[in-house]
Amino acid sequence: MYRTAEGKDIFVVDGHIHYWDGSPENQKNVHGKQFIDCFYAYHSNLSPPEQRWEKSKFEKYSEDDVYRDLFIDGPDDVAIVQTTVLSDFYKNGFSDVGRSTSMAARNPERFIVNGSFDPRDGEEALDHIRFLKEKYDIQGVKMYTAEWNGDSKGWRLNDPEAYKCFELCDELGIRNIHVHKGPTIIPLNLDAFDVRDVDHAATDFQNLNWIVEHCGLPRLDEFCWIATQETNVYAGLAVVMPFIHTRPRYFGEIMAELLFWIGEDKILFGSDYAIWTPQWLVEKFWNFQIPDDIASERGVQLTDSVKEKILGLNAARLYDIDTGTRIKQLKESPALLAAG
Amino acid sequence: MDPELDEPVTDMGFIETVDIHAEGQAVDIEFRLPTYWCSPNFAFLMAHDIRAEVGKLSWVRRVSVKLVDHCFGDRINSGVNEDVEFSSVFAEYCDGETLDAIRVKFLEKAFIRRQESVLLGLLQQGLDSGAVVAMTLDVLDAIEFDDQGTVLQKHRYRSLLMSQGLARDRADPAFVTWAGERLDANELADYLSRSRGVRINMEFNGALCRGLKSVRYEEMSVGTPDPVPVPVRFMRDAVPH
Repeated sequence: MYRTAEGKDIFVVDGHIHYWDGSPENQKNVHGKQFIDCFYAYHSNLSPPEQRWEKSKFEKYSEDDVYRDLFIDGPDDVAIVQTTVLSDFYKNGFSDVGRSTSMAARNPERFIVNGSFDPRDGEEALDHIRFLKEKYDIQGVKMYTAEWNGDSKGWRLNDPEAYKCFELCDELGIRNIHVHKGPTIIPLNLDAFDVRDVDHAATDFQNLNWIVEHCGLPRLDEFCWIATQETNVYAGLAVVMPFIHTRPRYFGEIMAELLFWIGEDKILFGSDYAIWTPQWLVEKFWNFQIPDDIASERGVQLTDSVKEKILGLNAARLYDIDTGTRIKQLKESPALLAAG
Repeated sequence: MDPELDEPVTDMGFIETVDIHAEGQAVDIEFRLPTYWCSPNFAFLMAHDIRAEVGKLSWVRRVSVKLVDHCFGDRINSGVNEDVEFSSVFAEYCDGETLDAIRVKFLEKAFIRRQESVLLGLLQQGLDSGAVVAMTLDVLDAIEFDDQGTVLQKHRYRSLLMSQGLARDRADPAFVTWAGERLDANELADYLSRSRGVRINMEFNGALCRGLKSVRYEEMSVGTPDPVPVPVRFMRDAVPH
């Protein structure tokens, strides 16, 4: 819960967190090292100085760290844990669904763990989706279209083999498809984080919710255009949030675009923990206003009720969380930390 | 220039070392990008352009560029230094596409961003949209801006306008679209709204690239209120442009 200055409690669903192991012991090769180094650079560069971590803690943090940072020091009520496999870079996966599930099992009312799959695995991908549903009863998945797989350096949501996987997701009731569409990186001249494939997939799979993490930045205009036309496309604010600290006016411009085009019901807060922690992000967000000149031009503003939706109510709707019941549950179940 | 950001690679701090060998009239340039993962097509463009620009200097006979700590560094370096096309170096990923299309796309974005800065500057001075769209180049040339960013962008906008043949003499319209069409006063607000979209995207990249570059390889004294980054081997701003 985030408690406002007026004493009002705000229900917070953190739509995008990781429980990763990027430590040297788990790295398979130089790519694994460079991947976690790149995350650390995001962390170092966009966090306020007093929020920075030692590199070794950042590479591998404990279950207790997660609980403390999100729910004791931080205002989260529920966190959605994403899975990122990167099996070409890490021996046991980067953020593995089994490891996250066992972390979450101690405080099950706090976490929703999503799975992941790679459509390029063909039949094996379909088997893996069935396995994820059966073993972990997942409600969602995280897709990473720029992941390497053998010779392939990326894929698209509207590839035929991806469609087979989404058909199965639909059939099994795996409804929330989080898609990483973020800063331009690999591969080559085919841009695997191009957002246009979302348009096709969202049109063809109306039952599924497509949560575009990082709002497609640096392709915000294309993303807004798609999300405006498709009722089942949502904006995830992971990586966008920390700009509230480093470049608040710029953050205001992004929020104004999102509110104007997509609307207050389709924007989801995410801290991207452990790159950033939710305490300072939520605190700053609650106290943030879009600068007047930008707000009046677009005719939008981050009012308290809009912020409440973004911070928790929108995600609660997607994940069938009854906020009243959940708040009661959370009050009744004490935190379970490993080291007493 | 970084083609994606429309900012000089020297300003971005990408250039690490420049070795000049007087005897052989040769130059060796090492550069480094914000991350190991920066898109290889952009990296290739930058490596290519650095080599081409330095090669234009009259006394230079041989230029060699080296991109370090990049996931495709070796292939980019040998390709650029041996004058092999991107589409051959990365043939298996390109389907015969060359980098020309992406180069033009970046130029268009740069044009829009530079132009937006000038248009907003004029509107801030109190000009109405009719006066702005009717403005000729000589009138624009005579206008002075207080904001240094706008002054620079005006200069850069004008140079792109001329080099692309979008204006040829001082009586030509100062503002046209990338396709060379006149702007419409009634649609200026919509046009600027689209320009803003382009700028928001470029600023995102620029902010990340600068930030990530600034912390890559720098040791941070974590936990202190004001960590002092230890300068490593960069020659930031040491190369004139």
